[in-house]
Amino acid sequence: MTAETTVTETPADRGTGAVGVYVRDYLGRLRGGDIGSLPAVGGLLVLCILFAVLRPSFFSALNFANLFTQGAAVAVIAMGLVFVLLLGEIDLSAGFASGVCAAVMAVLMAEHGAPWPIGLLAAILTGTVIGTVLGYLVAKVGIPSFVVTLAAFLAFQGAVLVIIGEGGNVGVHEPVLVAIANGNLPVPLGWAVYVLGVLAFAGVLLADRRVRRRGGLPVEPVGVLGARIATVAVVTGAAVYVLNLERAVNPAFRSLKGVPIVVPVILVLLILGTVLLNRTSYGRHLYATGGNAEAARRAGIPIDRIRISAFMLCSTLAAIGGIIAASRANSVDPNAGGSNTLLYAVGAAVIGGTSLFGGKGRLRDAILGGAVVAVIDNGMGLLGYSAGVKFIVTGSVLLVAAGVDALSRRRAAATGRG
Amino acid sequence: MTTPSTAPLLQLRGINKSFGAVQVLHDVDFAAHAGEVTALVGDNGAGKSTLIKCIGGIYPIDSGAVLFDGAPVTVQSPRHAADLGIEIVYQDLALCDNLDIVQNMFLGREHKRYGMLDEPSMEHLATTTLAGLSVRTVKSVRQKVASLSGGQRQTVAIAKAVLWNSKVVILDEPTAALGVAQTRQVLDLVRRLADNGLAVVLISHNLNDVFEVADRISALYLGRSPATVRTSDVTHGQVVELITTGRYAAVANGAQS
Repeated sequence: MTAETTVTETPADRGTGAVGVYVRDYLGRLRGGDIGSLPAVGGLLVLCILFAVLRPSFFSALNFANLFTQGAAVAVIAMGLVFVLLLGEIDLSAGFASGVCAAVMAVLMAEHGAPWPIGLLAAILTGTVIGTVLGYLVAKVGIPSFVVTLAAFLAFQGAVLVIIGEGGNVGVHEPVLVAIANGNLPVPLGWAVYVLGVLAFAGVLLADRRVRRRGGLPVEPVGVLGARIATVAVVTGAAVYVLNLERAVNPAFRSLKGVPIVVPVILVLLILGTVLLNRTSYGRHLYATGGNAEAARRAGIPIDRIRISAFMLCSTLAAIGGIIAASRANSVDPNAGGSNTLLYAVGAAVIGGTSLFGGKGRLRDAILGGAVVAVIDNGMGLLGYSAGVKFIVTGSVLLVAAGVDALSRRRAAATGRG
Repeated sequence: MTTPSTAPLLQLRGINKSFGAVQVLHDVDFAAHAGEVTALVGDNGAGKSTLIKCIGGIYPIDSGAVLFDGAPVTVQSPRHAADLGIEIVYQDLALCDNLDIVQNMFLGREHKRYGMLDEPSMEHLATTTLAGLSVRTVKSVRQKVASLSGGQRQTVAIAKAVLWNSKVVILDEPTAALGVAQTRQVLDLVRRLADNGLAVVLISHNLNDVFEVADRISALYLGRSPATVRTSDVTHGQVVELITTGRYAAVANGAQS
């Protein structure tokens, strides 16, 4: 190849100061059907305003903190589901898998006297093993994931019953485990984590930008970069501030303030998972396999291994979700991970913008969608609606989200975007 | 463009290939020269696809010799073919719609630093590769492939093939699904690849395309290779006859291989 010095139009038409061009590009992508998580963000805002107007106590510090602990388990399971959904597969057993893992942990500790780190590790390992088996059946044996995980859904429901035994309920009283969903970070530590987090976020964005600029590649306008960092800093700062307010009904009796411990737990999982998906070749191969498995195969990607690993990650995260749920309830009962857990988790991932058709979705979508589901559940509870009405509304929201996904795909096909 | 290369870069001699009882290739000879476009023509079922899959290491050959740069080789796998410098651009493209141009071009062979993807170096190389091929139609290398036109997708697929210091690029019907302007783009690109010193093999049903860019034409007829001719020595009619009957009425100086 001759060393021509002609350059494509890329770098030129996106100058460093061209915020306008950037915004126009973004709007163009939106019109083309590439809407990302916009519906989820919009929906979340509308719901919050609606509930705040109808029931002002929705915006109390106490309820705000409750939202996090209520939604945490589902959000973590939803994050796991994103890996499987990215391949265009589904894991219907994630809910009960979380129950099985939590039951293993609870029984090991309560009936066999295992120390909590062993219990925790056993639960997580159980999740990994479950995922490996599911993934093997899907990738190597070739059974559709819908059937494999539907069978597992039923079997795991039974497994929880068998592990828990006739007693009906196994308590989880180990202080460390109980603290996961019920404890709060001390106020100064909360702020310290916040400051470090925002600095790290800004640092990563700026470092990326510097490397790109040094390589002569087009970079984001400074304005957009600044706006992004400022938005994150302000929104999370406000959340930390509210969570650090006194929210006990009777502070003299027992003070209650600080960022719930589940928040940093979820953040760590989110960051690790996002790095895995966006910054490693494994993540790239996962997206490729979900987008066009044949192309991925021809590129030399071991698509069977990718499939199995996605199910492993999904069930492992489900195990962590199960531990959080057990921690919140202080026990594991025969219906752990049952009833609406799975549907809320799938709903969270899809509402957040993960495509059921594979190849499109991000981990933070699961968190966003999980927030929508938690807000509906919590807000409608505050308004005094029955569980029945809550299910109907959540189901409708899921349907709307899946509809938005399907429509944006059609729109994308029509305008030639994906 | 008609500089006769001395030895072919890729040469196949007496290739036989059967699937069970069906013999698809009979003693096929084929050669591709650096700096030239060699068209591989033939009717449906003549064995074109099988031949390129044998070259690409997807099918093992039953007998015959493959010489690459004069030395005999046995291509064991697609990866091995790629290591030799042989890249095949398939008709159905094999691009991931949900990934952008850079991500597609480096798929399976990503650059890494400290275990993480090295996006800047990949983006830089993708940009210079496209520029080196004088591709100016894509707006941004960070565009999703789904948003590209057919010609642009073909361009990306070809650029992906030349990214790896490949020496032989085999294009399977690159213009089959394209409109007039896009066909133009791709044919220009094909010519440019050869002018840059690559051995290009173009499989096509479209004789207009073939006559426009190819230096030599190799025909396959019912799994045999009746002739290889210089494009300048033959007419449309003779090539059609070659494809449909396996022979052609000799014009004085036509027959050579």
